Parts: sequence; C-alpha cells; structure tokens
Amino acid sequence: MQRFLNDPDDLVDETVAGFVKAHRDLVHLSPDNARVVVSNFAPQAGRVGIVTGGGSGHEPAFIGYTGRNLVDAVAVGEIFSSPTAKSFADAIKAADGGAGVVVLYGNYAGDNMNVKMAARMVAKDGVEVATVVANDDVCSAPASEREKRRGVAGEIFMWKIGGAKAATGATLAEVQAAAQKAIDACRSVGVGLGPCTLPAVGHPNFQITPGQMEVGIGHHGEPGTRVEALRPAKDVADDMVRIVMEDHALPRGRELAVLVSGLGATPVNELYVLYDRIESQLAQMGMTVHRAYVGNYFTSLEMVGATLTVMALDDELKALLDMDCASPAL
Amino acid sequence: MTYIPNSGQAAIIEELAEVIVANKAWLSEIDGKIGDGDHGSNMAKGFGRAAERIHGKDMTLDAAMLVLSDVLMSEIGGSMGPLYGLMFEDMAGAIKGRAEIDAEVFSAMLNAGLKGVQSVGNAQVGDKTLIDTLVPAVAAFEAAKSQGFAPALAAMTAAAEKGRDSTIDLVARIGRSSRLGERSRGVLDAGATSCCMILTSLGSSILQRIA
Repeated sequence: MQRFLNDPDDLVDETVAGFVKAHRDLVHLSPDNARVVVSNFAPQAGRVGIVTGGGSGHEPAFIGYTGRNLVDAVAVGEIFSSPTAKSFADAIKAADGGAGVVVLYGNYAGDNMNVKMAARMVAKDGVEVATVVANDDVCSAPASEREKRRGVAGEIFMWKIGGAKAATGATLAEVQAAAQKAIDACRSVGVGLGPCTLPAVGHPNFQITPGQMEVGIGHHGEPGTRVEALRPAKDVADDMVRIVMEDHALPRGRELAVLVSGLGATPVNELYVLYDRIESQLAQMGMTVHRAYVGNYFTSLEMVGATLTVMALDDELKALLDMDCASPAL
Repeated sequence: MTYIPNSGQAAIIEELAEVIVANKAWLSEIDGKIGDGDHGSNMAKGFGRAAERIHGKDMTLDAAMLVLSDVLMSEIGGSMGPLYGLMFEDMAGAIKGRAEIDAEVFSAMLNAGLKGVQSVGNAQVGDKTLIDTLVPAVAAFEAAKSQGFAPALAAMTAAAEKGRDSTIDLVARIGRSSRLGERSRGVLDAGATSCCMILTSLGSSILQRIA
C-alpha cells in the first residue's frame, strides 16, 4: 500500500480534523460528538434541517456537502461503515431548528438501522424526523425491486434539492417530498477498472483483472452485472448512458442534470473524456443538459472507475438545483 | 446449582470480549471473502473497549451487558453496532433486577435478545446472517430447558454451531454480501460466526459457574 497514513485506526478522526480546519469558513465539528460535522449556517430557527451520513472513504462525500442551503449536519462513520445511531442522533439535534429534520441517506443495511434507531432516540427530545432513502444505482437490483437498490452519487442531487427546498422555508413534509422527487428522478451506474483497499485491512477486498472492467460496480466494490474486456472510453460512455437511460425511459426533450464522478484514482481528464461522449449521446436522444458536474464528487477510496448519474428535471427541480449554495464540495 | 447469581458477573462479559478479540483476524478474514473485511476489527474494537470499561468492577451481568451495548451502539456503528447493541440491551433488560439467573431467566434473556435483533434488522432464517445462528440456538435452549440449565446450555451451543455452519451453503439475501448472489455461497457468514462465538462463550462461562 502506497498511502499517506499514520495509524489506520486514526484515519477517520484525522480526516475529519483536517477537513474542519481547511473549511472552517463553512463547517465545524460538533462540540458534543467528534463524528458529527455541522454547517456554520445551521441550525436556522424555523427552518427544516437536512442531515446525511455514511461511511468514510467517499470524500468529498458526505462531509463535503455540509454548508449553506445544503446539508446542515453529517454523521461520520468508519471507512465504508455506517455511522453510529448516536452520531446520526447528534447530527439530527445539531440540524434541528424547531421545524423538524429530514435525514437523506443511502440504502445500506447499517445506515437503515442506525437512522431508524437515531429517529427513535431524538423522538424523546421532541425532534420530528422524516427520511428519504436514496436508491439510484440501477445495476444493484432490477427495476421491479427498486426499493432494494443502493444509493450512490444521486445522493448529491438529493441533498442539493432537499437543502434548497428547506432554504425556501418549506415544511418538513414539503422538503421530504422534494428530496424524494429528486432521488426518484435520478439513475446512476458505476464502472470499475481497479479495486480499492481498506487501510486497516491492507489488501484489496475484490479484484479487477487488468484489461477488464466491471460494469455496474457499487460504491464499495459491490459486484457489478458484467465483467468484460475494457473497451475504448466512448464505448464505455455509451454503455453507461444506455444503462441509465433505458431504466429512466424519459420522453425526448427532457432537461437533465448530469454528474460524472471519479471513484478516487481515475484522472479527472478521463472523466471529461467520458463526459464529452455522454453529452453527445444524450443529445442524440433528444435530451438537453441543463447542468453538468464532472470531477471527484463521490469516491470510493482509490478505486479506479467512474459513475454516471442522470437526474431528469422539471421546473421545480431545476429552480432548486440552480439555487445558490456554499459547501466545500459544491 | 441450577443457577448463577446475577451480581459480580462482569467477568462473563470480559471472557466474551477475550474470545472476540482473539478471533479478530479470523472474523475479518471470513468477512473479507464476501464483505469488506472489517468485521473482526470492528467487533474487537467494540468488545475490547467494553472489557476495559468493566474490568475489575463489581457489576451484575445486566450492567456489564449494558456497558457493552452502549459501546456498540454509540461508538461502533456499522450494521453490527445496532444489531448486537440492541441484542445486549434487551438481554440486559430481561435479567435486570433478578438475583439469580436460572434456565427460565436465561431463556427469557435469549428471547429478548432475539427480539431486539429482529426489531431493527429484518433477516429471516436462511438469509445468511447472524439470525441463522441465533434462532436455532434460542429454540434449542427453549426445548432443552426442562432438562436443566447445563444440558440446555449445551444444546444451545450445539445448535449455534450447527446454525453457523449452515451459512456456508446459503446464498446471502440481506446486507452487503447479498449483492454477490451465488458468489456468496461456500463461505461462512461473519455475523453468524461472531454470534456463535458470543453464545458459546456465554454458555461456557455460565457452565463453569454452575458446575
């Protein structure tokens, strides 16, 4: 392993420590919990709070989306492991401005359990909690079992829309509905070219043979639907577009938000190579890209690969997406 | 004796932590085959920390279980934090205030622990999870308890081991390894394995004390 490490056990704490130092204009550490990052703009009295959380190793997700008109507080877990129920509960309390809190998180067993328990914990303090579970990863389950799909980079759009809706002064139910609408409008796919290693484990937890690619790979290396020979970037881009758009089944003429994220070790220029082809393909389908995001938005340690997320817009989603925000990552 | 006193039993949880810590590498290794390989380190961290906190203290078994539960739920997280955290919290609740733990009380404790796990997880027997160990172990204790505490504990341990081994041939249907489908067949489930260690260790610690 060629990694910048001290003791692997301290990796998450040191990541968070550096993060809050570097971005002290936007975020701070909760005084009550060293695994909760809070926006300097939260809580706001009378405004619905936005909380997320998840395992570490996906930086800039999840902490990077803490800020103004975005996420108010983030619960931080061990590498690829759900935050504790207590951290989710402390994040909820930190985000609560008296109008309730929406927890917007990804569909993983640990997160589902810990958020559920956290909601139970804060109910005692009178904090009203609503949840939206992201399930945008097309290859993780068939369309007929959409509730089983994992949440991946579409979560960023869910946070953006939820945060913007909360900023309008909307009610808890309205913010929840907007975030739900956002994730329902998202489809994502990942393609992996190389594995990642948990520093405490020391060796990759899955393998991708050189010359191969894994189509449909998950954010922690969960297996994809196909392992096949690596093809030129334009063919990979076409495949990614086909997978998300077939699942989406959108009428021609829709406006889209498109996010191409690296998984950690793919050079950013290659992400633009993918995006060049992706936008052309979408145009051929009669779609217009209203906004594009290309870069390392949601990573998986040093995995080689990329994800594509497409959100279909309507007037409400477009206005909320366009609303000004400030966070380390967006 | 057909019971153990509830007081002065922190060592039972320390002994349990010793087993988990000693098996850290093994648990991570089997987890690494179909999960991300951190089960051993997370479990060892949680159980080890709890052991440090109760070491040398005069505590009832339920009080020691609550310390363990609190560490798992507030410091470990993941999936195992809430599952085992609630299991020990509800086990502790079932024996709280009891002066003696006999087969009836232990049975109530096991059932409460199982309910605790089921209140937050939704796995069924056959899904390749710790439930494959816990459900048959609780049932075996229940079925044998009329024969006495010691034989019931032996029946529980045997059923836990059998349950753990049953996960080898199962395909994961829940949790992270479920995404592997058929590729998850052929290896032990890490949660079923650690659950077996927990029950086996509790069983042998109590057997030593009632013998």
